[in-house]
Amino acid sequence: MSDLAQTTDPAGAMDPAAAAVTVVSAEDAAAVRLGTPGLLRCWLPLLAGVAAFVVALVALRGQGWLTAAVALLGLILMHAGGAALGRRRKGPEFDLTAWLCAIWLAIIILAAVFAPMLPLAEEQNLSLTLDQPVMARPDLLTDHPLGTNNFGLDLLARVIYGARASLVVSIGAVVIALVVGGSIGIAAGYFRKLTDATVGILTNSLLAIPPLILLIALATVLDPTLPNIAFALSLMALPSMVRMARASTLTFVQREFVLAGKAMGASHLRLMMRELLPNVILPLLSYGMIIVSVLIVAESSLSFLGLGIQAPEPSWGNMIAEGEGNTFEEHPHIVLVPGAAVFLTVFAFNMLGEKARKRFDPRQAKI
Amino acid sequence: MIGSPLDLWKEETLTKVLKRVAELVAVLFIVSLGTFWLVSKMDTDPAVTMLGEGRTEAEYAAVRDDLGLNDPLLVRYWDWLSHAVTGDLGKSVVPPYNGISDRIAGALPVSVELAVLGMGMALLFCIPLAMWSAYRPGGRVDRLVGAGALGVLSIPSFLAGLLIIMVLANGLGWFPRAQWTRLGDGIGQNLYHAFLPALTIALAETAMFTRILRNDLVTTLQDDFIMSAKAKGMGPVHIMVSDALRPSSFSLMTLMGIGLGRLIGSTVIVEYLFALPGMGSLVIGAANTGDFVTVQGAVLVIAVIYVLTNALIDASYGYLDPRIRRAHV
Repeated sequence: MSDLAQTTDPAGAMDPAAAAVTVVSAEDAAAVRLGTPGLLRCWLPLLAGVAAFVVALVALRGQGWLTAAVALLGLILMHAGGAALGRRRKGPEFDLTAWLCAIWLAIIILAAVFAPMLPLAEEQNLSLTLDQPVMARPDLLTDHPLGTNNFGLDLLARVIYGARASLVVSIGAVVIALVVGGSIGIAAGYFRKLTDATVGILTNSLLAIPPLILLIALATVLDPTLPNIAFALSLMALPSMVRMARASTLTFVQREFVLAGKAMGASHLRLMMRELLPNVILPLLSYGMIIVSVLIVAESSLSFLGLGIQAPEPSWGNMIAEGEGNTFEEHPHIVLVPGAAVFLTVFAFNMLGEKARKRFDPRQAKI
Repeated sequence: MIGSPLDLWKEETLTKVLKRVAELVAVLFIVSLGTFWLVSKMDTDPAVTMLGEGRTEAEYAAVRDDLGLNDPLLVRYWDWLSHAVTGDLGKSVVPPYNGISDRIAGALPVSVELAVLGMGMALLFCIPLAMWSAYRPGGRVDRLVGAGALGVLSIPSFLAGLLIIMVLANGLGWFPRAQWTRLGDGIGQNLYHAFLPALTIALAETAMFTRILRNDLVTTLQDDFIMSAKAKGMGPVHIMVSDALRPSSFSLMTLMGIGLGRLIGSTVIVEYLFALPGMGSLVIGAANTGDFVTVQGAVLVIAVIYVLTNALIDASYGYLDPRIRRAHV
């Protein structure tokens, strides 16, 4: 081990520093001139990034912040090199960040779905972890790659099971809001008049309580079970869904194809289901993606406040809450590991949602 | 739409104002009823909360009777509302049983101060950032600020608060954690202690504001009057500050209205995180101890403030932007 450290350390320390200077200019230039030699702009940062990452894992193992910083630097270099390479091979439209977001979401969703089948350490039962190290630092080469908490529970397992809770609750809530809010919104935009006015006042009433306050009020009443939290979150997403559906229905309801359907004697239900719904659903779905990220934040806030998913069962919010007080001063990974999971997931949903919205929202497309 | 007798007035503005007020009252009524109904469904028994465990059933029944819990819901609602209108929100059911209106009067200034400070800081940060990135759209600064804003927006406020504490309070030791001095005890101390919480609130707001202001600035900068200012030989900073900023700031105003709910939410979290004696701590504390009267009162007050502020912001557009006045009336 020490031999390896001796040989790779100077090289690793030099490489990223030298490459960091070139990366920034490399990214710019690659965007403009595609025909330039790829070695400097793509492969060098990519390989330097891999080298820095390996150095962080092996040579600088267990050095705390230094390891984390070098590993982070390696990841940034890899991203810069990868992005430049992608642009060279696939054209200037290539967006590595969006791909990485999609990959991250795929990984986290698959891991959450298949969590019970994965070879994970114990995530909930305190009596099984008596012999495990307590508050172990994250180290990718041990049994606990992301470390353990103060009961010796494995943080990787807890992050994945926490993803399970967060994603089930948030996606469930969006689906409820999409179905209920979408139908109410389409009906309001289609029938107008009294229906519209009533729906307007009811949605305004729901919007009249700030979202988090509404959630806290609901949480004082409901038991903190997953379906109840999903229901509470769906109430939060409902009014904006209704408004979106109503607004896009209004733009489509005067179009010729709806009029033609009406003239041919189609029923209200048929017009709404066959003519309006397919047009309204796309912007709603892309908006749903952004709302998922809002709801993940809301759920984790609620769990952080101790009003959501309760402690032995992991959720990203209550995992971060474990680091409250002075714990995270000594053991920052208790906050940083679940924090990174929330951040990456929310960022990925935001990024992809925004891309989808630019593509599918008729109001954005016109501009 | 509704209220056809009102259409008899030909002064459209008056009709609009009256309609708006009627809608406001209806919304507030529904909100108060909803809050009351919801909180009355709370499954902890207030009598048990008040007396503690292990008393006789008769004693509990007496307390329930005293609180009026045996009356029908609508009677209790009317009772509560008629008192609430006069400013009496009842008494807390947990010790020290003090009046809720007093507790709210003590907590509200803290929250308002935090929200205003956070909002002000965000405005202070966002204007130079937006100008800088709008100066060359698609340039390096623009892409960096854009990515940074999306990144900051993806950090939940409790996480941002913990990270800020980690770096500025524990790591560098520049600021204290979890202390609060009232505004009356000296403004310097007060601002010193309010800085970290306000910074936490300002982070997400800054990202939001910067994005929207940058987009509007980019659009404005393509207008003819900017070209003429350039032709006159004005420098870029002068053009940004005195020509482009004002016409670009209307979406920002709208966003400040829409973002108010999020602002209140992050204020609640930040108060909890920094243990500040504001509305958020009041609500969360009451929710955890089963003090339903306090939750009802506090939620009602927050909702009323929220609705009224939104209505005010809505009404002020017309005065700020003449184009809207002509378009909608």
